[in-house]
Amino acid sequence: MKKIVFINLFILALFSQALGQGYVVGDKAENFKLKNVDGEYISLYNYTPAEKGAIVIFTCNHCPYAIAYEDRIIETDQKFRSKGYPVIAINPNDPELVPEDSFEKMQVRAREKSFPYPYLLDKTQEVYKMYGAKRTPHVYLLNKENGDFMVSYIGTIDDNYKDASAVEKQYLDDAVTALLNGDKPNPDFTKAIGCTIKDKNYKK
Amino acid sequence: MYLKKNIKNMFLQPKRFILSFIFIAFSVSLSAQKYPVYNFETFTPMLGKQSDTTYVINFWATWCRPCVKEMPAFNNLQQEYKDNKIKIILVSLDFGNDLQSKIERFAQIHKIKSTIIILDDPDSNSWIDKVDSNWSGAIPATLIYNKNKRKFYEQSFTYEDLKSTVNQFIIK
Repeated sequence: MKKIVFINLFILALFSQALGQGYVVGDKAENFKLKNVDGEYISLYNYTPAEKGAIVIFTCNHCPYAIAYEDRIIETDQKFRSKGYPVIAINPNDPELVPEDSFEKMQVRAREKSFPYPYLLDKTQEVYKMYGAKRTPHVYLLNKENGDFMVSYIGTIDDNYKDASAVEKQYLDDAVTALLNGDKPNPDFTKAIGCTIKDKNYKK
Repeated sequence: MYLKKNIKNMFLQPKRFILSFIFIAFSVSLSAQKYPVYNFETFTPMLGKQSDTTYVINFWATWCRPCVKEMPAFNNLQQEYKDNKIKIILVSLDFGNDLQSKIERFAQIHKIKSTIIILDDPDSNSWIDKVDSNWSGAIPATLIYNKNKRKFYEQSFTYEDLKSTVNQFIIK
């Protein structure tokens, strides 16, 4: 009986991979290596500040929700980088579809806002698919366990995109704090309205 | 003291009083909101009407490019299906200043004839699943339903797609 359950789980896992559902909480996040706005490549598993984990955020220049969260993403990085959970921002959009999200425009934005975190371009759009990101901004909080980055929280930053001062639930902040305390984030999955990821193969 | 004087004036100068009354009434009607604003609770009844009418509920925003791109499809649907039992509701998720005028301008430019409402409820994690549990939260997204059938589409529509999809719902 146990064996059947296990095989079923295995088949289910295969299917969810094949369907491109991306990661769920508990999955191991695979490595990626993407170009940062400073021209250097950054790979998750070799990123020194990611001592205890990483806060991977799919975000971009043009989306109003992403813009509304820019300052809060900066604050999150400032708060948790020194504690071993740095932000790694990834722009998943195809610049041919959204010129404001080109690598050059990313460099401009990073300079204007003095992003303290890397801002990478997912040029082949493989990384966002691997993660299963659906919108910008979309957060994947990773926790380092025995050298592996394990997905610990997926979702939104907080419960009020339009007004940082009216936030009641700081989902991401609470999730990182839980990990720092040796607990599991609760909730570990949230949703939010966001912009679609701009991909030529997006379902029409 | 000033108020007393005003009240006294009111009776002494009835013409002026009436004029100022008209002025106040006029400015109140000007500031009235053209597009009704809902939170998720007040919006909920629109998601569960039990009738022959097919509801096409599109979640969009003026700045959302794929949403803007599919607007003509909803316009055509409104036009071509005006004799069918169909109701299109365009639910704007816009936020920021001058919301009403921003949407009004947009509606004029894109010649929108369908009903537009504003859903202003920033705690979207609390309500996305109540629209449909498969919705990731990305827009555009469209819910089509009537008393017999209900389906959610996290995608953009061409008019052809939209038409053939809606045809599966229409109750004659």
